Amino acid sequence: MDIPARQNAPVSPDQAGTARSGRRTADPAFRLLVTITGVAVLVVLGAIIAVMVNGGWHAFATFGPGFLVSDAWNPVTQHFGAAAPVFGTVVSSALALLLAVPLAFGTAFWLTALAPPTVASVIGMAVQLLAAVPSIIFGMWGFFVVVPVIAHYVQPFLHHTFGHVPVLSVLVAGAPFGTGLLTAGFILAVMITPSITAVMRDVFASMPAVLRESAYGLGATRWEVMRNVVLPWSREGLVGGIVLGMGRAMGETMAVTFVIGDSNHIGWSLFAPANTIASLIALEFPESPAGSLKLASLLALGAILMAISFVTLWFSRWLLSRGENTGRRV
Amino acid sequence: MNTGVQATGSTQASPNGSQESTQAEARFSAGTTQASTMPLTEQDEHLTRPAAMEVRGLNFYYGTSHALHDISLRFPERSVTGMIGPSGCGKSTLLRVLNRMYDLYPGQRATGEVLFDNQNILAPGVNLNVLRSRVGMVFQKPTPFPMSIYDNIAFGIRLHERVSRSEMDGRVEDSLRRVALWAEVQDRLHSSATALSGGQQQRLCIARTIAVRPEVILLDEPTSALDPVSTARIEELLDELKGEFTIAIVTHNMQQAARCADQVAFFYMGRLVEVDSTPRMFTAPREKQTQDYITGRFG
Repeated sequence: MDIPARQNAPVSPDQAGTARSGRRTADPAFRLLVTITGVAVLVVLGAIIAVMVNGGWHAFATFGPGFLVSDAWNPVTQHFGAAAPVFGTVVSSALALLLAVPLAFGTAFWLTALAPPTVASVIGMAVQLLAAVPSIIFGMWGFFVVVPVIAHYVQPFLHHTFGHVPVLSVLVAGAPFGTGLLTAGFILAVMITPSITAVMRDVFASMPAVLRESAYGLGATRWEVMRNVVLPWSREGLVGGIVLGMGRAMGETMAVTFVIGDSNHIGWSLFAPANTIASLIALEFPESPAGSLKLASLLALGAILMAISFVTLWFSRWLLSRGENTGRRV
Repeated sequence: MNTGVQATGSTQASPNGSQESTQAEARFSAGTTQASTMPLTEQDEHLTRPAAMEVRGLNFYYGTSHALHDISLRFPERSVTGMIGPSGCGKSTLLRVLNRMYDLYPGQRATGEVLFDNQNILAPGVNLNVLRSRVGMVFQKPTPFPMSIYDNIAFGIRLHERVSRSEMDGRVEDSLRRVALWAEVQDRLHSSATALSGGQQQRLCIARTIAVRPEVILLDEPTSALDPVSTARIEELLDELKGEFTIAIVTHNMQQAARCADQVAFFYMGRLVEVDSTPRMFTAPREKQTQDYITGRFG
């Protein structure tokens, strides 16, 4: 609309009506559009759950609750159970987090608080690039580099050192294949560390500098500032980053399939070959004819993987809400 | 005429005189004459006190940018020094030198001397944690830590002292009473400090600073984010605190400087243009730049 014209001669209501009618239809259209995208999230999520549960129903119906606790996986006798891959998924992801979180936390803190700006920006870029490396690359690297190192050096050394210590000997038992839970956990840790680091760095960087300076201003050391001010303030974002990494670790398929050893066996040795839900599905899917009990079991495993993800997400939210009364925000 | 102001004045005269014309020098001497005819005020008495901190020949650099030029300034003990000047003139930078906050950032460096307790705090090997416990700082925006009101205060004390539970309770209460916050928060000491109002948060930050028992308190525009009522309370508070602490306050508010400060320092483009007792500064500044600024002609 022409502004000078408006100043000189006021536009009549009719004119204004026609000129603005475009806006009147555009707004509801926009509302409809964004509502659809918002609702679509719910529809897609519901559809995925429905497909998984429906497809896996045959397995749940055949084995009952026993499906969850049985570690059988025998296509010949048609006995399938979820316990072994669930165990493999949980343990390998837990190992990955155990290795990745301290590393990511340290890197992120160093990048935001200690590193010279130029170095920080270069390394920050490298972290982003590392997060973007396709998982198949990590899988091959794991298979050709990490597996031999663990088979030839790490496990023999640990076996030699802790092989006769009670408790610990169980953890290092088994033949040195190089593939297994620890290898998978290690590869996963390498894969998720960059993305957790990137999130944590953003969280630390978004903290107001004056808040940190206030703590330094009282005479706190770097560690005291970290422990008492930065950590409580950024808790929410840090947990978010960790959950993100955990989600990636639990669902990661390609890299894990390369190095986990494909064995449906529950054992406490860190070096025992195992399977995760994702690796088992990847390995068995081509050999599962449509309508078979095996395919139903794989889909049921998919449903269980989703359930595990939801439970961890809910758990992290619950953890955060518990500490809410001394929450953040300045 | 007191020695304190003369000493400060003389350290000022040489850099100014060398850079400005003889006309400026004439104005300077005229200003001095004018100043000496004014009656001695209460503020002048403050300025004769020994310096709690003394800046000598300070230059400061952000990387290659030269932010402070040859600053020399005394902070007489148990008095309020107001620092005024347009944005970017270096007054906040000077504040950040006094507790070496700039040290957190690579590429920032200072040359010259800042004497505190007979020690040059710019020298290498100074224990910054101890220094910062003795030279406290309050920021422009209230910065409560993400913890309870009680812990906000106890945090600083715990960093430097081992105190019993009952003594800690006493220290926390005492600090909150001194900033007139005790009555408002005594029944919710263990709830989050971030739920307090802006003015309450800023008083909490001051309480947190004095709880550590510093000798000097640096305030960087402490009321610029607050409403007039909260501002008035903080200013009253400053008046009480100066009986015990040496205070340096950066402010954009000329009235605030006039109300709170015993001496006022005017900064412009990284230089200390003029420093004098508050009444003289606002009634008979020696420099034209100062006069233009305080009368609102620029800045």
